[in-house]
Amino acid sequence: MDCVYFNVNNGFIEGIIRGYRNGFLTANQYLNLTQCETLEDLKLQLSSTDYGNFLSNISSKTLTTSIITEAASVKLYNEFNYLTNQLSDKNDLKLVEYIKCSYMIDNVALMITGTIHNRDKSEILNRCHPLGWFDTLPTLSVATDLESLYDMVLIDTPLAPYFKDCFSNANDLDDLNIEIVRNKLYKAYLEDFTKFINEQLTEPSKEIMLDFLNFEADRRTINISLNSLQQQHNDEMAIDPDLKRELLPNVGKCYPIVTELLANANDFESVKVALDKVYEYKNILENNNLEDFFYEFEMQLCKDAFTQQFTISTLWAWLKSKEQEIRNITWIAECIAQNQRDKINNYISVY
Amino acid sequence: MSGNREAVFPTRMTLGLMKTKLKGANQGHSLLKRKSEALTKRFRDITKRIDDAKQKMGRVMQTAAFSLAEVTYATGENIGYQVQESVSNARFKIRARQENVSGVYLPQFESYIDPEINDFKLTGLGRGGQQVQRAKEIYSKAVETLVELASLQTAFLILDDVIKVTNRRVNAIEHVIIPRTENTIAYINSELDELDREEFYRLKKVQEKKQRDTARLDEEMKLTRLENENELVLSTDDNAVQVPEEVPNLVQENEDDVIF
Repeated sequence: MDCVYFNVNNGFIEGIIRGYRNGFLTANQYLNLTQCETLEDLKLQLSSTDYGNFLSNISSKTLTTSIITEAASVKLYNEFNYLTNQLSDKNDLKLVEYIKCSYMIDNVALMITGTIHNRDKSEILNRCHPLGWFDTLPTLSVATDLESLYDMVLIDTPLAPYFKDCFSNANDLDDLNIEIVRNKLYKAYLEDFTKFINEQLTEPSKEIMLDFLNFEADRRTINISLNSLQQQHNDEMAIDPDLKRELLPNVGKCYPIVTELLANANDFESVKVALDKVYEYKNILENNNLEDFFYEFEMQLCKDAFTQQFTISTLWAWLKSKEQEIRNITWIAECIAQNQRDKINNYISVY
Repeated sequence: MSGNREAVFPTRMTLGLMKTKLKGANQGHSLLKRKSEALTKRFRDITKRIDDAKQKMGRVMQTAAFSLAEVTYATGENIGYQVQESVSNARFKIRARQENVSGVYLPQFESYIDPEINDFKLTGLGRGGQQVQRAKEIYSKAVETLVELASLQTAFLILDDVIKVTNRRVNAIEHVIIPRTENTIAYINSELDELDREEFYRLKKVQEKKQRDTARLDEEMKLTRLENENELVLSTDDNAVQVPEEVPNLVQENEDDVIF
């Protein structure tokens, strides 16, 4: 029955998203991009796509990879903000908040790092991800030490519940590596997000969003268990199973059995054995590039998400696809700029 | 000719000094020449190695820059900042030592990695950690190449200077000091010869004079003797007593004319 009333509130937004979806670079366009000799050619090729003249006021002399990425990202942020401003439904707004939350975690982690090292706050604010922006973010810079940061500022951020769960007092933040803080927050965030989806969203959004979140959680789980392996053999502060258990999200396809196995795994082989138990991730460690596999997997999920109508989850799919598209463009631009033609085809294109 | 010699008095002693100096200059010249050759050999070796190192650097830096691109692709924009913030100690360090090449001290940089220090090992824990670690290794190699190149470049500059100075010295000895000393020796020799000739001439003159004087004396004595004989013939009776009186007079050297 939900589908019947879906278009009352969200028909317009879904229409726009599908319009944007048709603007994704296609395999053919990617092929054209890889043929470019210079960044100037790339700019020309991109101008015939949905990107239009987003680089028009940049002279060819100052054109660099990072400028292209930046311009493309700005376009993405503008589109995202336009979309989210159209939302009216309470749950949908909440969903957008959750989507933004993952960027907020990065921003807060960045701010905390800056605070610990006494950096210039305005410089850090410039580096913050625009999608993770929240009104009280600049106030993070008010705090001069961790105590006040925790007591006065973090409490006011949308991330406060996660902080409250993970860290009982300010001292916890001090002696922990910022990466561990970030991953703990992420774990709490993913679990909370999953709970929200299970309780508040309706089918089909629920199913699709759960797929995304499960994947997101699994990606983190696998990455953390693999990356923590590399540290173990030569130093004393390696991540022990207990700490790892606190970092691995309690959601996803790996949870609970494989997650437990992964937490206890302390060499590559045992990680591999554990992952073989999950159908989706069987043999992913055979080929060497894990990140590429995950990106590919994510893009397939996004593509599948677009086959379902009457759901706001296409917003997530669109955002992720667009991010991947920007990464692809950056990659191709980087390959062209650095003259590494043999690796130029490593981009991921599904549309 | 006279301008290109040292201002010395042409004496035997200076000649001796000059000869020692020439010998020293020749020895110094051959030594410096050998040093310069040894340095040049080393210099060429270093030039070749710099060429190699530069080409290697080009390749290594390219892979390094590209691995950074891979990191950005895998982890996102802010990774550089995170890494910067989490680093507090240098992991890659340099030791400097000196190498002696023909009396020239060339600095040599040795790089080593402190395995104790691994500040950003957790960066990219959630995503892209493998890429970060790989980029770290590749960049370590790149910096290693840079250090190698730096020590070669420093050696190159120092050797270049030293070779220039040595060559200038070699040339100065070969083209200025040795010819000048040789000129001085030749000058002293010619002056000494001249003196010898003068001396010889003077001696000859003296001898001539003496011979002339002796001849004159002989004449006079002959004359005197003739006169005396005449007188003796004239007065034989009186002179019988007088003759023995004259003998001591002959032995006495009071007479001016008698020399021998």
